[in-house]
Amino acid sequence: MAESDLAQLTERFDFLTERASSDHLALNCPADKLIELCSALRDDFGYDMLIDVTAVDWDVQSPRFTGIYHFLSTTKHEYIRIAADCTDDINPALPSLTGLYPAANWHERETYDLMGITYEGHPDLRRILMWDSYPYHPLRKDFPLAGIETPLPADDVAEVTGASVLPAPMMGGPFTSSGDGPMSQTEPRAKDESWTEKKEKPVK
Amino acid sequence: MQNQNVAYDSKVEGEIIVTQADAVINWIRKHSVWPMPMGLACCAIELMAAGASRFDISRFGMEVMRFSPRQADCMIVAGTVTYKMAEVVRRIYDQMAEPKWVVAMGACASTGGMYRSYATLQGVDRIIPVDVYISGCPPRPEALLDAMIKLQDKIGRENSAKNLTARKAYSLESAGAGKES
Repeated sequence: MAESDLAQLTERFDFLTERASSDHLALNCPADKLIELCSALRDDFGYDMLIDVTAVDWDVQSPRFTGIYHFLSTTKHEYIRIAADCTDDINPALPSLTGLYPAANWHERETYDLMGITYEGHPDLRRILMWDSYPYHPLRKDFPLAGIETPLPADDVAEVTGASVLPAPMMGGPFTSSGDGPMSQTEPRAKDESWTEKKEKPVK
Repeated sequence: MQNQNVAYDSKVEGEIIVTQADAVINWIRKHSVWPMPMGLACCAIELMAAGASRFDISRFGMEVMRFSPRQADCMIVAGTVTYKMAEVVRRIYDQMAEPKWVVAMGACASTGGMYRSYATLQGVDRIIPVDVYISGCPPRPEALLDAMIKLQDKIGRENSAKNLTARKAYSLESAGAGKES
């Protein structure tokens, strides 16, 4: 089934290229053709359910951001993955799919919140997980896992408690488990145990 | 003769009991703790288990879970406190009537737990003063019961009349003081 979809799609849309994938059919699509492709996927190919909207930050590469969409056909029981590169590396943007799939609404808000991709045409593009005044996009590659010091969202609480958003102590993390062997011996451990909260991380 | 510690004898004293104000006030308070279940993550499931029939927190006189801060005097912070939620936790704490106590249930509420990340408050004692900390991820209901009994002991030792005025002022120095468990 997926093979025939690939043939029909590439015949109808000459801008599509096949994308390396270890599971489902995956295609690269230019950002400005995304709406056209997704309308056809929904109406003509039976991909009637939007499963996931996410993005990849390729760090130093250009294009830096790639939007990823997963669709499911509830009649054919097939998944398809569409990837669209953002042309702008500084202010990445993609067209919003909310007009086609209402499910895109919150997914796009999440991707905007954590990756900083603007979805043009989204009816209500606000942050969904972090608070509205948060200044960063935490899943970007240049954002440290521990976080960056910022004020608490509520001024009055910050004033009374003196608390603020502080970088979390990492203690040599991130923490990984080898995963094989009995659980008692595979507790997650820091990759680098040479430094702790008391003993500073050596500067390279 | 048994029960030599009992000072009250109805045949001698009739209907009069002589005692200290602190002893009476604390005795009343420690046996009428009304918890405010601040359930934020999986610890809240253990909190519910502690309230259900198998573990039955009402055996210790503190089963009256109140979802309004106006009617509660012990906030049980059960779960991960994110920075976004910190404001809400603090505001609900402020709305509770004095005297009030806080139990930090589990690793997340006590220290941030396994969430060493940009989004998680590294211990609820950064925004509210905690009386009892419970270890565990999540703690067993028995651990919660143990902590609540320790809180009762702590309430029993309080200088309650003096605290009526002293507890009004909150400073960061008092936050995190008096670790029990």
